[in-house]
Amino acid sequence: MTSRNIGIMRYNPEQDKKPHTESYQVEADDNTSVLDALQQVQQQDPSLSFRWSCRMAICGSCGVMVNSVPKLGCQTFLRDYPDSLVISPLSNFAVEKDLIVDMEPFLEHLSAIKPWLINSEQSTVPHVQTPQQLARYQQFANCINCGLCYSACPQFGLNPEFRGPAALALAHRYNLDSRDLGKAERMPQLNAKDGVWTCTFVGFCSEVCPKKVDPAAAINQGKVESAKDMILSVFKSSGVR
Amino acid sequence: MLQLDMDIIVVGGGGAGLRAAIAAAEVSPSIKIALVSKVYPMRSHTVAAEGGAAAVTSDDDSLQSHFYDTVAGSDWLADQNVVEFFVQHAYQELVQLERWGCPWSRKSDGTVQVRRFGGMKTERTWFAADKTGFHILHTLFQTSLKYPAIKRFDEYFVLDLLVVEQQVAGVLAIRYSTGELVQLRAKSVILATGGAGRVFHYNTNSGIVTGDGMALALRHGVALRDMEFVQYHPTGLPGSGILITEACRGEGGILLNKDGYRYLQDYGLGPETPLGEPRNKYMELGPRDRLSQAFWQQQKLGLTGDYQGHAVVYLDLRHLGEKHLNERLPLICELAKDYVNVDPAKTPIPIRPAVHYTMGGIMTNVDCETSINGLFAIGECASVGLHGANRLGSNSLTELLVFGKVAGEKAAGTALQKNGISHHAFATQIAEQEAALAALHGHNSDDSLVAVRTGMTLAMEQGCGIYRDEEGMQRCLEQLHELNTRYTQLKVVDHGKVYNSALLQHLELGFGLDVAMTICSSALARTESRGAHQRTDDGMGTRNDGEFLQHTVAVRQVDGSVGIHWQPVSVTSLPPGQRLYGDANTSNTAEDKS
Repeated sequence: MTSRNIGIMRYNPEQDKKPHTESYQVEADDNTSVLDALQQVQQQDPSLSFRWSCRMAICGSCGVMVNSVPKLGCQTFLRDYPDSLVISPLSNFAVEKDLIVDMEPFLEHLSAIKPWLINSEQSTVPHVQTPQQLARYQQFANCINCGLCYSACPQFGLNPEFRGPAALALAHRYNLDSRDLGKAERMPQLNAKDGVWTCTFVGFCSEVCPKKVDPAAAINQGKVESAKDMILSVFKSSGVR
Repeated sequence: MLQLDMDIIVVGGGGAGLRAAIAAAEVSPSIKIALVSKVYPMRSHTVAAEGGAAAVTSDDDSLQSHFYDTVAGSDWLADQNVVEFFVQHAYQELVQLERWGCPWSRKSDGTVQVRRFGGMKTERTWFAADKTGFHILHTLFQTSLKYPAIKRFDEYFVLDLLVVEQQVAGVLAIRYSTGELVQLRAKSVILATGGAGRVFHYNTNSGIVTGDGMALALRHGVALRDMEFVQYHPTGLPGSGILITEACRGEGGILLNKDGYRYLQDYGLGPETPLGEPRNKYMELGPRDRLSQAFWQQQKLGLTGDYQGHAVVYLDLRHLGEKHLNERLPLICELAKDYVNVDPAKTPIPIRPAVHYTMGGIMTNVDCETSINGLFAIGECASVGLHGANRLGSNSLTELLVFGKVAGEKAAGTALQKNGISHHAFATQIAEQEAALAALHGHNSDDSLVAVRTGMTLAMEQGCGIYRDEEGMQRCLEQLHELNTRYTQLKVVDHGKVYNSALLQHLELGFGLDVAMTICSSALARTESRGAHQRTDDGMGTRNDGEFLQHTVAVRQVDGSVGIHWQPVSVTSLPPGQRLYGDANTSNTAEDKS
């Protein structure tokens, strides 16, 4: 264990006008994660607030900016930042206290795209779904809702109404599922002005995704679907069959 | 104070809570359901379950066989009427999840794939790669979004139940984001708050698994049952305790000691099965209690290895090959690389047992009802009587669904029939809680929350570990009493309102101490060895059905100590028998030959 310095962005809405960085000493070895370091600091200063839970990169709670890049605290190690290390709250979300941001906009976007299997058939037996059919959407079903992609997304930063990478990837996940019949219900959300076309394909969302969901690819494929859908609707409304 | 009237309150947004909320919403769309959780639902600990969910699925399997495995696995302490109900409803619940979109792994013909699991005679574990809990939780969460009847209260921490004359009337909660107290009133309350693994020092559990619901119920006179049975998962990562799923062994992974020897054959689990040919209920596919106990024995013999100061054995997956590992165990490959810097395709993973699951919990009947009218409990926080002295892996994910549905429907039925209780009835209780909270703030001179919490987790690890004895447990109980006294002197040093995590940690520690006390007291009372409760005292090394074919029932006494009563086990069709694995179980060999 060696002692080292880290910076943490602090903000207490009951006292501070704006966030500021404070410096802390922590003990670190090769296995010390950013989350471990935050816990050490919290032992020195119990007023530090941050979210965490599983410690194994599956619950999605501990997203923070590490030297201005969105990361999961539990999956990011101090060994990879030998020089300076500053931890701050996820960008593009409102800061509530210290490293805790307001996740409500994220939840609203997620709910808006109807992220559930739409299929009214009643049955007591499982659907048949081949491994190939599963593979079409499986990657997009691995999103842990950590929100890192929203912090990475310049469009979401400019326009918080943008549905954003995780929600659009989830819509795509259900649209690709062989058991789902709800694509027509979801397309208006994808076609809308805050849907897939807001994305300018920067691709940073996919770079920061800790689960390799590749939301950028989902949105790109969503654009193809959206274009087809809009052309079809033009034909339909003009009476062309 | 914000006051809201609901019909049903579900405390906990994990698999059990979500399943219950959906079941209630399906009873009637006009029912008002509050889903109250101290974290966003998708952060709940269900997310970390890896291996799978059990249900009789293939033609060569039978309900009788699942029943037998569960009862024998429980070392005959499961309530057999409950196990019967469970195995009968398991399959339909997994199908329901499938109909809601859960991405279960498939066979090439498109039917659901099942895998081997420890203590199960037949392949009957449904899985979604090695992220089964994650997929179940997200499927349930996403499905819950389509029911307007379910109103979520995310990041609300429940600090007390409202109870009037043995009738539940609601909960008192703190809104984490603002520090406001909120009174939620309802006619039914379902506790689905998860286990208490965090009262131990080394555990596979998320930080939130602090026993809240168990303590809430205990403080209102509800009994906690079978609390001495705490499952050590045989394969956690050293130090962190991060879970390395049993599915690794289901796929053919083997356990080696420091000399590369498959030591399980020395502990009644052999003979050694050939590499790449795992066999149900043999060797690495024995039950969790036996495997964790074998580790302890190896450690005593000096045959464990060392990983940064931790005693370890090795989980060898190399023979499975990189492709198979990436397909079936992708999360494990990630975790091993990130947290112990090991590529499982090339190097065995250092592992050791870590506390994983609390078999005991809030005592309920098969309808998930507690001794308080309108109060239900489900999932890991509950003791419905399914797991007895040792839970079989992949029974608990199914349990969340089967009993989540039962509780949701029952709670809806109760809520539709009952009238609400007058608000005045619990005004005093609320005033007391408000005063207690206000008195918490202050400064500590030389003690701290961390010191007391660490004291508790280490005391439990030392006194109530894999093997236990009278002296060690007595010492543990004394330490817990001292820690409790120190706890009552502790102050919350952060005086803020917004996201005051120091306050929540303080309240969680209070819950944890209450639960730890019941674990230790129950363990002291059981002077035999059964399942996960193994005693090294003279004359207590074996199972004693004559005296102890009974559940411990722990009740809080007026002075705050824990009193232990006994409740007979329900035996419907399978009288107690010997619990044997490997070739020692002649039915294994006989049936294999047939």
